[in-house]
Amino acid sequence: MDKIPILKMSDFLLVTIQVDLYDQLAENLESDLINMVKKYNSHGVLIDISAVSIIDSFMGRILGNIAMMSKILDAETVVVGMQPAVAITLIELGLPLKGVHSALNVEKGMALLRSKIHNIEQDISIPADDSSTE
Amino acid sequence: MKEQDVVPYRNRVKEHAVKMGMGLVNQTKLITAASELVRNMLKYGGGGIATIETISQGRENGVRLVFADKGPGIKDISLAMKDGFTTGRSLGLGLPGTKRLVSEFLLESTEGKGTTVTIIKWKNG
Ligand SMILES: Nc1ncnc2c1ncn2[C@@H]1O[C@H](COP(=O)(O)OP(=O)(O)O)[C@@H](O)[C@H]1O
Ligand SMILES: [Mg+2]
Repeated sequence: MDKIPILKMSDFLLVTIQVDLYDQLAENLESDLINMVKKYNSHGVLIDISAVSIIDSFMGRILGNIAMMSKILDAETVVVGMQPAVAITLIELGLPLKGVHSALNVEKGMALLRSKIHNIEQDISIPADDSSTE
Repeated sequence: MKEQDVVPYRNRVKEHAVKMGMGLVNQTKLITAASELVRNMLKYGGGGIATIETISQGRENGVRLVFADKGPGIKDISLAMKDGFTTGRSLGLGLPGTKRLVSEFLLESTEGKGTTVTIIKWKNG
């Protein structure tokens, strides 16, 4: 059985979905991601769906579950690169992607995650250790 | 039809839609609807037969998909068509959402005999 690779990038996990998912693959992705968030104590999950041409209610539920579980583990989820036709279809289908943030591309998604995590760090007064002034 | 047939089936629907020149948004709506109905057929209907046809009416061309199973059928169709109604612990959006995504939607079901869903998406619909 093939697997969707999950990349660890400092505080985040990055997943690029390059195939149209069938059910088992999507369910495996959900549990693998949750396990990795726990294992690495990640603060953000970035899912690149720019190559995904169809999101039905099953896939939508998987994305929602990932976001909800991540949130419980203190991680935010950002979906990046949703094709416009997919976004239009999701609205008509009536599928609210609850708790899922979205961004245009991976770079913007990263920035969004950083801003969210940065806020958390400020809240608990831990100085950020990067020197970025953006 | 089995779970592994879902993705190839969606690809065949796409081929038909592309061939008739259907735009990307309508293609995406049609394939998403097909995906929902195939899933229902597998999950609730115990499998069945899915067919794809290209049709025309006047000057309008479209794709017609039929999903027929010999499963338990649906007891209360108007309830099943409600947003959020599910007996499968999922989102309950497949039937009502599909109806919104296509041009024509027909659900026929007899308890104990099975369920047939027919949808049409017109090229410009
Ligand atoms: N082919 C079918 N055979 C029997 N029951 C069905 C079939 N399709 C749908 N149903 C019933 O209608 C309900 C609503 O379906 P749907 O809107 O797709 O939502 P979901 O799949 O999330 O339950 C299902 O939970 C099931 O009870
Ligand atoms: Mg369904």
